[in-house]
Amino acid sequence: MSSSPRGPLRILIVDDEQPARSRMRELLGDCRAEVPHLVVGEAGNGFEALEFIAGCDPDAAPTLLLADIHMPGMTGIELARHLQRLDVPPAVVFVTAHDQYAVAAFELNAVDYLLKPVRATRLATALKKIQSGPQPASDVFAKLDAQPRRHLSVAERGRILLVPVEDVLFMKAGQKYVALVTKEREYLVEDSLASLEEEFASLFLRIHRSTLVARRYVRGFERLAAGHAEAGAEGAADAEGAAAGNAEGWGVLLEGWKDPLPVSRRQWAQVKALVKS
Amino acid sequence: MTGKQQAPAPSALRPAHIPRLPDFRNLGVMLRVLLLVNAAALFAAAVRSSRLVDLLPNITVVSSWLEAPLIASLLVLNVAAPFLLRMRYWSGLAAALVIAALIAVALCAVQREFGREVPGSDMLWHAAYAVAAGGVVAAYFRLRDRAFSPAIAEARLQALQARIRPHFLFNSLNAVLSLLRSDPRRAEGALEDLSELFRSLMAENRALTPLAEEISLTRQYLSLEQLRLGERLLVNWKIDPRAEMAMVPPLFLQPLVENAVYHGVEPGVGPGTVEIVTDVSGDSLHVVLTNPYKPDHQHRQGNRMALDNIRERLQLHFDVDARLDTHVAGDRFVISIVMPYRKETRKMRAAESGKAE
Repeated sequence: MSSSPRGPLRILIVDDEQPARSRMRELLGDCRAEVPHLVVGEAGNGFEALEFIAGCDPDAAPTLLLADIHMPGMTGIELARHLQRLDVPPAVVFVTAHDQYAVAAFELNAVDYLLKPVRATRLATALKKIQSGPQPASDVFAKLDAQPRRHLSVAERGRILLVPVEDVLFMKAGQKYVALVTKEREYLVEDSLASLEEEFASLFLRIHRSTLVARRYVRGFERLAAGHAEAGAEGAADAEGAAAGNAEGWGVLLEGWKDPLPVSRRQWAQVKALVKS
Repeated sequence: MTGKQQAPAPSALRPAHIPRLPDFRNLGVMLRVLLLVNAAALFAAAVRSSRLVDLLPNITVVSSWLEAPLIASLLVLNVAAPFLLRMRYWSGLAAALVIAALIAVALCAVQREFGREVPGSDMLWHAAYAVAAGGVVAAYFRLRDRAFSPAIAEARLQALQARIRPHFLFNSLNAVLSLLRSDPRRAEGALEDLSELFRSLMAENRALTPLAEEISLTRQYLSLEQLRLGERLLVNWKIDPRAEMAMVPPLFLQPLVENAVYHGVEPGVGPGTVEIVTDVSGDSLHVVLTNPYKPDHQHRQGNRMALDNIRERLQLHFDVDARLDTHVAGDRFVISIVMPYRKETRKMRAAESGKAE
């Protein structure tokens, strides 16, 4: 949820095309008299935008991003989703040359967008709306995304950390958070396991009530001896895991991970079928 | 002829190889059937007349049997046409032949009623004649349909003629706008490139053009892309001078290069190279186009469609003599095209300049 502080908007222009960024600067210049604002910077892609924001003093951070949708590495929509991890996320107005799908999603969710080439009057209207109106709820951006994100994001000490989805070995639901486990370390995210399962259905496989494993890292299966599962469950003390282990269940072996992860009896048939295919 | 059978728009969309019955509501079709069947009858009468003197009476006899069922059949078929056209070709044809045979038999019966002597076996013969005549007519219309299929191919070519991506158009216009204040001269150049590109895209000409023209068009396109993508787009041309004279389908190269930029370069953060190599070996022209490939770039849809489009156009121009293949070699996506090397002849060039004057 973005609060719109008083004072002029502080704008960050995010576009992978340099001419598009300078055009946006010109247009902003044209409507500065009408809507006072400051251009605090430019970024050539989503990563640069997040870096820019991380390097800002909280008082000087941008309050509005004008973000192109088609950008290499990370779409404008994915960028907006990561920004929601901030305590005070900036507002986002999307800019696109032609993207029927995204435009339909914007219309459906009442999210403002600009079509390139942008007119100065249209831009001024969008800026005014940002200054006065309420911002869309932060969960709206997830609804705009047609594709799974390429990164998951975690807020750590006021910064947004990106975890490439392809690095995640498995995801494990805990009490309050979901742990993303990579070879190097573990990250806690606020997404629910159910929503992650839905978003990354093509990449991750549910093997247990509390576990999704990355299909690409699955190396095989191992029969778990009774009692072994608890050790293999990597701190999972939930009843189902223990039960599966006690009943001499199966475990999934992941590349780069030494302990097998227990498969619940309920998921076993599905897991076997999916992995075979 | 008034009823010159037109190839109506919907027929252009149907695949050329599906035969269809003639539309008997069409005056041209009816006239053709009348002429064809009468000509056949005339021929039959001529064959039966050993002496020239016999010809006229024979014609009269044949006509007396022929005209009434023929015209009656045409009238019935005219009324039945909507139903026949909705049926599949062979069942429609069978229905039409049954109609003709029944009418022939019925009219024989009518003539018998009026006192003319018609033996039963003759009635069967009349039915057989009607079916035979119908078969000849059907064969004629099928041949004619096939002869007309180039028109259908032309319509398909027109539909397949490359269309520019709106994404490219609007982004380019935006890039030109960004130059207008700071660098008006460069903006002028960019607008000129853009208009030439669109002139070619909108051209009705679908005859083969020299590869050199395709290359210069593609260069104009690439300079527009470089305007917006800057150093992210690197281009490497390797052109065999002999290849420049080759005659190629218009707009086969630019859409492929546009594809390469859209799928191979734009999704990458760093620079990407598009390489275009042409060479001539023997009597074939080879064009090889490569661009960076990463499996996760492929989430942008529509690549296959553009490739299928070009492949079909190559096939319409060169039939089986042209090929378009794609494969992934390491981190490059490769499109290789082979087509017959047809040199631009002086006659063609003269025709071109004659047209221009």
